[in-house]
Amino acid sequence: MENNQVQEKKNWLSIIGTNLALIIIFAFFLFPIIWMVGMSFKTIDDILAWPPKFFFTPTLANFKAIITSQMELRGVGSIPIDFMQGFWHTLIISATAVIVSVILGVPASYALSRFNFKGREDIAFTFLSFRFGPELLVIIPIYFIFQKINLMDTYAGLIWVYQLITLPMIIWIMRSYVDDVPVDFEDACVIDGYPRWRAVFKIVLPIIRPGIAASALLAFIYAWNNFLFALVLGSSKTSTLTISAMKFISAEALRYGIMSAGIVISFLPILAFSVFAQRYFVRGLSMGAIKR
Amino acid sequence: MSDTSLALQPDETSQEAPLNPIPRKEKWAPFLILGPALLAVGVVMIPFFISVYYSMTNYKFTRPNFNFVGLKNYINILTSDTFWHSVKVTFTYAAIAVSIETLLGIITAFLLNTERLMAKIFKPFLLLPLMIAPLITTLIWRLMMSPEFGVLNYFLSFFGLRDFPWATSPDTAMFTVLLVEIWTFTPFVALLVLAGLKSLPKEPFEAAQVDGAGQWFTFKNVTLPLLTPYIAIAVVFRLIDSLRQFDIIFGMSKGGPGDTLMNFQVFAYTTTFTYGNPAKGLTYIIINWIIIYVISTYLVKYWQKVQSRIS
Repeated sequence: MENNQVQEKKNWLSIIGTNLALIIIFAFFLFPIIWMVGMSFKTIDDILAWPPKFFFTPTLANFKAIITSQMELRGVGSIPIDFMQGFWHTLIISATAVIVSVILGVPASYALSRFNFKGREDIAFTFLSFRFGPELLVIIPIYFIFQKINLMDTYAGLIWVYQLITLPMIIWIMRSYVDDVPVDFEDACVIDGYPRWRAVFKIVLPIIRPGIAASALLAFIYAWNNFLFALVLGSSKTSTLTISAMKFISAEALRYGIMSAGIVISFLPILAFSVFAQRYFVRGLSMGAIKR
Repeated sequence: MSDTSLALQPDETSQEAPLNPIPRKEKWAPFLILGPALLAVGVVMIPFFISVYYSMTNYKFTRPNFNFVGLKNYINILTSDTFWHSVKVTFTYAAIAVSIETLLGIITAFLLNTERLMAKIFKPFLLLPLMIAPLITTLIWRLMMSPEFGVLNYFLSFFGLRDFPWATSPDTAMFTVLLVEIWTFTPFVALLVLAGLKSLPKEPFEAAQVDGAGQWFTFKNVTLPLLTPYIAIAVVFRLIDSLRQFDIIFGMSKGGPGDTLMNFQVFAYTTTFTYGNPAKGLTYIIINWIIIYVISTYLVKYWQKVQSRIS
């Protein structure tokens, strides 16, 4: 009887302890995001206030300034803001880069999974090594080349270079998905008289479609979040969100409200996606090593 | 039975019967299908060789004519103090980051695996820090660290640390970037370990219970060995990524104050684009690449060994 009570007490302690530990850890993980979102709804006076304001009257002025690309400054009138441009640049570059990678990468992953040819693993690891090499190793020479062939600060140049981010991901993740499709399915189709490529389209493609969606989304997020490539190879015509944000923080503090709104616009869609896609991302984040 | 399995990389499938006996006429097919992808990325192999070539010249942006100097840059760099400083910064950063991320990530994964109320509430948000661009994350932290209005300085003011210098002092700069790094990437480890926990087979635990094994004994001798492959994958990814970290350090202080945070990549960037000396910058980055290559080859072999021991 007494023993039971001790046991029960211990259980309660462990439940409370676990919950408390989780609250502390997630306060650490979530506070900066919540604080940032809060900041984007503050007036500049509230942002610069000391002590910092935890409760305030929210304003949409920062978002309005970002979207209309005009900022009202007391006594000065309105000045132009070039944040949305970065948004569109990033969207065009990342989306096109992912589409190109899916078109090139899904067939490549099929070849690396199904065919047993000489040098297969070497080729696969060549793709993987771009995920692991220091970016500047290829970015600096590409900078020389782009200057010679006039690809500096162009969409085409950046979309091409972004293949270094998106293509290895698509190939390695999709390879693990194709590995999971029993080859008998395809063979049955071939025996029925279909050519191999029809069998692939009819059988394999529908099965791996969710995998394509998940890996494309993850590759898109990585492209969206990139900083170094555009820093070196882009300029005014292709400046991305990360570049615009970096410029904003070096500007005077009066623009911090707008910068917060810009930052929130840059990460909110991504965060919304990832809450729902989290369970599909484990395989992707480990480049196909952990299947789930 | 578990629905999660680990795909080991090379050759596991090819050692058994080939997945698909390829008919003769399809022999050329893989290369045809791979061709465009190889071309898109393979062209980048050329820049790699250009890198090696330029690292053996005395090329500067201000000096259009340059000469081949052999290994002179390598010798100069390997005998300079700045290089060994970079080595120290790079490895200190990576070692501390990976240890804390692994430890905190495992703790977080175990807590989330309890399925307690807070675990259910917070689990969908585990991924968020990882999904924000590391550069943006760094700027968010910078805003919170502002000496004039930063909320972190406000919290610290209760402990008499209102003027905590964060990245502006050489004494606290490393701590500051590590804080951002750990915030961003601990969820990566937690997510992978959590996937491992969800896939643990039930039988060994039942056996341990029947044998009357204690909690700690079960953890040490059953749970941990079964989780090792998952932890190993997370560590390999985190170690390699932290050895080449750029965004967080550059976004926080551009490697400063002075050269406090100049790891390989930041130093190579600064040398190339601020001081206009790409030959030296490239030499740095090639040395960085060799280090990562050696470590990752070793780690991947170790990881395969661990895995074959378990399966």
